[in-house]
Amino acid sequence: MADTVFAAASGLAVLGLLLSAVRFARGPWAIDRTVALDVMTIIATSLIVAFAVFSGRRIYVDVGMVYGLVGFAGVVAVARYLEGGL
Amino acid sequence: MNETIGAFVSLAGSLFFLLSAIGLLRMPDAFNRMQAGTKATTLGSILFLLGVGIMKPDWLGRMIILIVFIVLTNPVSSNALARAAHAHRKRIGARLEPDALAAADEGKEAGHAG
Amino acid sequence: MRTVKQRILSFLGLWGVWLLLTAPWNSEEAAAGAVVALLVAALPFSAASPLGDLRLGPRALATLVAYFFVFAKALVLSNLDVAFRVLHPRLPIAPGIVKVKTRLKTPLGRLLLANSITLTPGTITVEMRGEDIYVHWIKVADSDPEGATAAIVGGFEKYLEVICG
Repeated sequence: MADTVFAAASGLAVLGLLLSAVRFARGPWAIDRTVALDVMTIIATSLIVAFAVFSGRRIYVDVGMVYGLVGFAGVVAVARYLEGGL
Repeated sequence: MNETIGAFVSLAGSLFFLLSAIGLLRMPDAFNRMQAGTKATTLGSILFLLGVGIMKPDWLGRMIILIVFIVLTNPVSSNALARAAHAHRKRIGARLEPDALAAADEGKEAGHAG
Repeated sequence: MRTVKQRILSFLGLWGVWLLLTAPWNSEEAAAGAVVALLVAALPFSAASPLGDLRLGPRALATLVAYFFVFAKALVLSNLDVAFRVLHPRLPIAPGIVKVKTRLKTPLGRLLLANSITLTPGTITVEMRGEDIYVHWIKVADSDPEGATAAIVGGFEKYLEVICG
């Protein structure tokens, strides 16, 4: 029961990731792509944690934490760059 | 029992992930996409990670750190993006009615000129 | 120079993160973390820590707990609001940027206020200049600065004023 429901939750999160990727591909401006990248980073962090649950190894949770940190820094760096000149 | 409750909490979180992606696709300009993207992913990841924390009580501490981190950083990145979008509001065709920030910028430039 | 209060707060913050990272606990790990956190908190940094703006009286701590629940309620409401607007067939939005004013003075108070505004129904902080905050509002209900201030900032400011002025 729990496994099925959690698999469904992860599936929905993957669907959300794919739909955001559609916005990332369509743009039309760099800002829209960066907003989509921000959303994809957060969903991917949660999916890495979900992978840790599926594989039963806690080390992947740490991978998710580091990915969240790096993704945040990346989005802020791109946003600050776009503010200066598109 | 705990496992089932946690899985359902995660399911609620992933529904908000889906909602934010639909918002990204449907909203007309970058500001409104941010509105859907930031808010829905924040609550979505809070619920998803809390659900994992309930399923695996040993991991709850790390989940709390991740949740606090996401709640603190998600608004910051959306703020940086909003500033970038406002700098290019004409080019991306954002409809802003009224736009108090542009009015403040013009007022300052007019003040310098005078 | 950092004050003693700032050092105590940064020690508690560092040790708290360590304890959450090493759960489930054993006493040796907790003690090692305490020693390192104490050393880092005692380093002679000259910059003031933003955590030092927190007040520690019983009234401020009670308000902090109350603020947590106010924030959680606003977060859930804002997500239901987003769900309504996104799934509505005609997208009921009328976006604009309005100016609101804040009475908060400390950096930590302003950070928390700006983050809270971003996570509450229909609003995103765009820019902060002095005491003016420029907010993107997905459906502008009141473009007058005072009315907008009451609608957007009012609910949080009275808590944050007690917590960190």
